[in-house]
Amino acid sequence: MRRLAAALLLLVTLAGCSDDARDRTTDGPEKTLQVYAAASVQNAFTEIGKRFEDANDGVTVKFTFGGSSDLVAQIEQGAPADVFASADTANMDKAVKARVVGGVPQDFASNTLEIVTPPDNPAHIESLRDLTKRGAKVVVCAPEVPCGAAAARVEKAAGLTIKPVSEEQSVTDVLGKVISGEADAGLVYVTDVLGAGAKVHGVTFPESRRAVNTYPIASLRGADDETLAAYFTDYVVGPEGQSVLSTYGFQKP
Amino acid sequence: MSLTQQSGVPRWVLVPAALGAAFVVLPLVALVTRVEWGSFFSLITSDSSQAALWLSLRTSAASTLLCVVLGVPMALVLARTTFRGQSLLRSLVLLPLVLPPVVGGIALLYTFGRKGLLGETIDVLGLQIAFSTTAVVIAQTFVALPFMVVSLEGTLRTVGERYEVVAATLGARPTTVLRRVTLPLVLPGLAAGAVLSFARALGEFGATITFAGSLEGVTRTLPLEIYLQRETDPDAAVALSLVLVVVAVLVIGLVRGTRSTAL
Amino acid sequence: MSLHLEATVADRDVDVSLDIADGEVVAILGPNGAGKSTVLAAIAGVLRPDAGRGVLGDDVLFDIGAGTWQPAYARGTALLAQDPLLFPHLDAVDNVAFGPRSAGRTRAQSRATAMTWLAEVDAAELARRKPSDLSGGQAQRIAVARALAAEPRLLLLDEPMAALDITVVPAMRQVLKRVLAGRSAIIVTHDVLDALLLADRVVVMEGGRIVEEGPTKEVLERPRSTFGAGIAGLNLMRGRSVGTAVCTASGSLVSGLSDESLPEDTDAVAVFSPSAVGVYVEPPAGSPRNVFASTIRELEPRGAQVRVRTDELSADVTLPVVAELDLVPGKQVFLVVKASEVTIYPA
Repeated sequence: MRRLAAALLLLVTLAGCSDDARDRTTDGPEKTLQVYAAASVQNAFTEIGKRFEDANDGVTVKFTFGGSSDLVAQIEQGAPADVFASADTANMDKAVKARVVGGVPQDFASNTLEIVTPPDNPAHIESLRDLTKRGAKVVVCAPEVPCGAAAARVEKAAGLTIKPVSEEQSVTDVLGKVISGEADAGLVYVTDVLGAGAKVHGVTFPESRRAVNTYPIASLRGADDETLAAYFTDYVVGPEGQSVLSTYGFQKP
Repeated sequence: MSLTQQSGVPRWVLVPAALGAAFVVLPLVALVTRVEWGSFFSLITSDSSQAALWLSLRTSAASTLLCVVLGVPMALVLARTTFRGQSLLRSLVLLPLVLPPVVGGIALLYTFGRKGLLGETIDVLGLQIAFSTTAVVIAQTFVALPFMVVSLEGTLRTVGERYEVVAATLGARPTTVLRRVTLPLVLPGLAAGAVLSFARALGEFGATITFAGSLEGVTRTLPLEIYLQRETDPDAAVALSLVLVVVAVLVIGLVRGTRSTAL
Repeated sequence: MSLHLEATVADRDVDVSLDIADGEVVAILGPNGAGKSTVLAAIAGVLRPDAGRGVLGDDVLFDIGAGTWQPAYARGTALLAQDPLLFPHLDAVDNVAFGPRSAGRTRAQSRATAMTWLAEVDAAELARRKPSDLSGGQAQRIAVARALAAEPRLLLLDEPMAALDITVVPAMRQVLKRVLAGRSAIIVTHDVLDALLLADRVVVMEGGRIVEEGPTKEVLERPRSTFGAGIAGLNLMRGRSVGTAVCTASGSLVSGLSDESLPEDTDAVAVFSPSAVGVYVEPPAGSPRNVFASTIRELEPRGAQVRVRTDELSADVTLPVVAELDLVPGKQVFLVVKASEVTIYPA
């Protein structure tokens, strides 16, 4: 999916006559805001976007969701993004270092890990330690991606060594393996457990506080309408955005 | 470079042809320009890269073997027999050629997964396929098998049955005919099919990541490693991509070699 | 071994009944599409008839009514087609050794047998050649050796010389005559010389049916079928041998080529095709060896050609030639045939 998105993006960029280019030079009241956001905030941001549009006549918010590192790479290559919302500070730092960030990044949410199991919890996982049980098939994110880095921090803090059967590319992959019953347990974000509803069973654990993942947002250099971009980031950080985020399980930063 | 016009191709055709060639070659050139040559060898010889490359070669070799074991009989049945529903069966067998690999991965999950169609049977046999190297081989075989069947069935049809008929009238039993006449005659097609299957298995990504998972040395093949390295170390991803390109070029060269010496 | 065959193949409209005695060579003659190859395919087990039965010796090859069907490999009926079909990946000796190997003989035994048969067809020196390095005639000789090495109970030859260069046909025919002696064999051919030289008996097929059969000479001399009559158009001159020529009762001397050394002053026959005969109204200049003065009896149009029948011989000429030479029945003409077009054999 991400590859497809990248390919489409490439085509649009190559074509050089995209709608975005036109939108940016329009002086009329119609404005489009391009928001590049981490896949894990998709549901919450889609709703925030709708509310933002309702509150601001003539503004259309367009989202591109994807892995944070993919998004940074695309923005660096000149993707027409106005706002970037990252799933971790590391990728936002990369963006800052690449001099594509216009404003000052603000943290807008935080997320912690939760154990996820199939609804019947076949391996009887009740704690983080249970993930080290022999025979339990545990799936985590690879340390290279934010959720995996968080998992590694939690493990280290708890002094445990989990032997996963697979280190997945993304939280969605971990969740998928658990929902399909292939894995007995996985480590995902609290928000993912909430989003999956009855398809999974969540097990919270105290050590999760040791790896709080912070989500920063920033308007980008060369944004078409820097005021609008800044306004959107403020909206997300403000009470409206926060109330939506909390209904999707995100915690305050 | 001089162009010899043999069959009178209209000159304007050369323009889109050149564009097409550039379209294929340019991305490869772009890839090469991005390689950090200074660190190239340390990048492709890191433990994780070595593990991924070795795993890819091992699993691709195993899938190729499976493709031969399963694909040769399939091609024989398709090329040398007629039965009701044969054309339907042929279409179904070739489906993985056009199916998005992710779809194949999901389908395999619901077949060989713990909760899948055969999952419990496999469990009873004491086998664990999920998250194992076996799962990688299954995923690769699933996507590579049609290459073997297509290549070999075509060769079988080209060679025809005449030699087999002669062999039979000389007193050779069907197994003898297969071993001493049919297989030697279709060897170039078999070799081409095997090489193509190997190449397809080597490049397999979607079905593997969906079905087998990703763990260093167990299920994380080279394409998965490249995909993961992109997250943190784009230079390593580029270097490994180049390795994969080189292997693919070698494989294609091998196919062309066998083709040109065929019959 | 004797063969009894009854076979019906509906979609090719073939329905035949055929008997072959032990040690007999039978030629099946007939136009293209007459069903000759179908008969061989049914005997070899390559094609399944819709009805009928085939018995080789005491062995039932197939009996459709009784549901008996022996596969091709179990029949002992080696099939030689016009295309030699040597296995391209095996050299000559291994091609010939294929039958013995398939019968379970060791590699060494099979090679030894193969060498014997290669020598039999004058191809021992070609043993290590790959089929791609053989001429058509060489390949077909090796194919004959391969068929014989399989020790067939009945040898099936399907137009074995049709694809050969005309210059190697006499040598091939000689090889076949030698190896067929005393064997049970069926040879499908459209060349009457094959029948004349190789077969004890002739079967003529037309439209999927056997329309005529009998001893070769009888059928050729007193044809009752259309195709038999066509064959009869072949020029046959009987007499006594003189060197490589035949002296006829009327005193004509016919020079030709002989496939084998011909004893002096024995019964012999000279055979040549009407298409090899030239027609002249004046005695031809130079000194062609075979010139026969004769009177035109009738002209028979055959497509673009006209068959000129004289008292004794026939010639095929084109329509313009008929017009130019004003050929009409009753006209005195001179018929000329090159010695290289005439085959002499013992009668």
